Amino acid sequence: MGSERELIQSDIEAFLRRYQEKELLRFVVVGSVDDGKSTLIGRLLYDTGSVYEDQLAAIRKATQLKGTDIDLSLITDGLAAEREQGITIDVAYRHFSTDKRKFIIADTPGHVQYTRNMATGASTANAAIILIDARLGVLQQSRRHGYIASLLGIPHLAVCVNKMDLAGYDRATFERIRSQFLSFTKNLSFVDVTFFPISALDGANCVHRSPLTPWYGGPTVLEFLDSVPVHGARDLEHFRYPIQYVLRPSLDYRGFAGRVASGVVRRGDTVLVLPSGKESRVKAIDTMDGELEEAFAPQSVTLRLEDEIDVSRGDMMVHPADRPRIGRAFDAHLVWMHERALETTKTYLLKHTTQTMRAEVTQVAWRKDMDTLEELPASTLGLNDIGRVTITAHRPLFFDPYETNRETGSFILIDSITNNTVAAGMIIGEAAATTRWSAPLGAPGPDAIANKRDMGEPAVGEGMTLRQLLAFLRRHRLCVQSSASASGAPQSAVVGFAVSDDLELVFDTIGTSRKMANLRRDPRVAIVIGWDEEQTVQLEGVADEPQGAELSKLKAAYFHVYPDGVERQSWEGITYVRVRPTWARYSDFRAGRHIVVEWNEAELKQAP
Amino acid sequence: MQRLAHLQTLEAESIHILREAVAEFERPVMLYSIGKDSSVMLRLAQKAFAPAPLPFPLLHIDTTWKFREMIAHRERMAKEVGADLIVYTNAEGLAQNINPFDHGSNKYTTVMKTEALKQALSKHAFDCAFGGARRDEERSRAKERIYSFRDRFHQWDPKNQRPELWSLYNGRISLGESVRVFPLSNWTELDVWLYVWRERIPVVPLYLAKARPVVRRSGTWIMVDDERMRLEPGEKPQNRVVRFRTLGCYPLSGAIESTATTLPEVIQEMLLTALSERQGRLIDHDEDASMEKKKREGYF
Repeated sequence: MGSERELIQSDIEAFLRRYQEKELLRFVVVGSVDDGKSTLIGRLLYDTGSVYEDQLAAIRKATQLKGTDIDLSLITDGLAAEREQGITIDVAYRHFSTDKRKFIIADTPGHVQYTRNMATGASTANAAIILIDARLGVLQQSRRHGYIASLLGIPHLAVCVNKMDLAGYDRATFERIRSQFLSFTKNLSFVDVTFFPISALDGANCVHRSPLTPWYGGPTVLEFLDSVPVHGARDLEHFRYPIQYVLRPSLDYRGFAGRVASGVVRRGDTVLVLPSGKESRVKAIDTMDGELEEAFAPQSVTLRLEDEIDVSRGDMMVHPADRPRIGRAFDAHLVWMHERALETTKTYLLKHTTQTMRAEVTQVAWRKDMDTLEELPASTLGLNDIGRVTITAHRPLFFDPYETNRETGSFILIDSITNNTVAAGMIIGEAAATTRWSAPLGAPGPDAIANKRDMGEPAVGEGMTLRQLLAFLRRHRLCVQSSASASGAPQSAVVGFAVSDDLELVFDTIGTSRKMANLRRDPRVAIVIGWDEEQTVQLEGVADEPQGAELSKLKAAYFHVYPDGVERQSWEGITYVRVRPTWARYSDFRAGRHIVVEWNEAELKQAP
Repeated sequence: MQRLAHLQTLEAESIHILREAVAEFERPVMLYSIGKDSSVMLRLAQKAFAPAPLPFPLLHIDTTWKFREMIAHRERMAKEVGADLIVYTNAEGLAQNINPFDHGSNKYTTVMKTEALKQALSKHAFDCAFGGARRDEERSRAKERIYSFRDRFHQWDPKNQRPELWSLYNGRISLGESVRVFPLSNWTELDVWLYVWRERIPVVPLYLAKARPVVRRSGTWIMVDDERMRLEPGEKPQNRVVRFRTLGCYPLSGAIESTATTLPEVIQEMLLTALSERQGRLIDHDEDASMEKKKREGYF
């Protein structure tokens, strides 16, 4: 706040008006204690006058005990536990400001748990500072930090070659490290990479330019932070609005509260609601301070629509001509963050935008060796591993690749038993190959085998669990359904269907079709699924035509299996039939004998 | 060009946090401590759910030693906002007359604040409590999550906190567990004051300088707010023009001498004196890292 002091003294209100217009930049600093990370952060805070007098006094006192000059690394000293150990063990957030900007630093430790911590700090950052010890040059650790920063989508990278004082402020040393590191980052996705010859201890080129590096004509670290683009990192092109909460204070007000994840929306815009596919126009953009003409990322607002259409938390509004990808199976980079390793046979909770759903990691493509950055074949991911996986969710996600949209491309995985956040994910795109419930590579433990049996394909001659029944129905797209005609004579048809998480079948048809006329007269229906693999499921149930939220949910499930169903929505007389099974039978003839499992209505209602 | 200034960015983020928590928890509550941070948090909550009323009650832990002006402000704000206000006092502590004079700030705070808070949260089975804490307040808070997980005993374990990435908060808990949610995590003291000023948010007048009866103790000014204040032999209240940087229980809240009678003047003084705000809080000085200890036990 250094040079603003005069303004604070002479005209505080002018200062406040100016201060509130400052931009906010979040950046992450990565490195170990040995790299001088804490000293650099301490230096930035100290030289910008962001350390309080009483804190400084305490640091001076502590420093005297150690018998050195003022130890800047103590400014960011944190928890008692880590002070004893002398290392930082978790991400800490610090604040400081300059005349132009306000900064939030994510201070992430470089040693223990570096992947987990760095990913956390980097997830909200627009710039990263990586420290390299001038005496040691580019280490594996430096590449690792660069890779994670790039993976987490940080556009701007600053590489601080630190401890230049101990390298005699030697230009050749700096240039060598620079070219070494550049040859590594050219394969990564940074918008720009900038190098700084600094000494955090002496303050050289941190906040003030150093006379000891006359050969260096570039900016100081602080000048970089003051000028690196803050915006543009925010995608203002593709409007994505995940619904957080529906406000219904009275019968005549229905507002959809949310934060614009990306893009811009204006009053009067036509918006498409996912997953229902309904369209309406934006009637108003409300805030407590009045209506807005437009809202853009990352504003929190409330939208009202012209039509009474069903919208709830987890839905997403977009512009009809600019839709995100919709799907249940996708490939992603995963950062594993828990001691308990990834299990490909386990169902996790997946939180993406404002939706939480069940999901399985069906396949691990590779694991990154964090020393060599090579991709190694793998069947699981352990704590601090990064890998590429395929995920199948139980409901469709509305997503964009993380590369183009950090808000709609990111997700976390939660252990459904312990409730821990176990992984952070960045979506690459739709699953490269359709993965079924395939066996994981490697040798699963006995636990995993029992689990898999419960989840996946039924083993020969061993019957079927309810969960396997759901999986069986999901694997199929066609069924034969029979209904009773007016005369009582049975009539059959092949129908393309999808199944909901609640074990309900859904298909679309025209209201004038034979089967629709039958079902409206007599809703009883019989269905056969899967007749070509010596395994068959027979269902009997009741058909109806649901409306409202139930319909939206079923349509989403149906469109996931039949994307062409979205087009058919506009057909004259199109309707959606739901079949709620009241009885089911699984038959398996593969073992040369007839294995049968049956469920009644109550049992079917307990579908996972 | 569409860009947000930092205060608008912080506001949007806080509103997002408030809405996420309300959408995902069953019984949220807002811990309303009447101070400037609570006042900002309350305004943000109004903004998050307008035009609907607040979807949760306010909870004030009343130690019975709060400044009288704070209580008056609390009643006024609850009425103005139309909020459901729960006032809770640790009845057992009150019956035993636990007070800051006889029992020391440490024990008193444990019984009348920490224990009282836990009792109130358990009594109402709240599974989410919004608090106005900020990461810039104190060193142990720099690492605090926005969603801070507490076990069945309301305890905070720094080693057992969930990683928090992007704006994807994990609000999953088992029965009896709870989460403290801090919508102001990324705000600084200056941001809070700036917002109070910009939004014209009413705050307790104790924040502004005025002649008040005080006595000098432990290098700070303690206000004699009512007749329960115990004076040392020879100690005489004197009228000094003082104000408070943080508000709590009056026998434990140190005032500073000041002439700042308007908000901009308060901010001006704050920026020019450059002392951290918790300096006036006696409980932080009990011992090094005391705040971290208190947090482990369940204090904010």
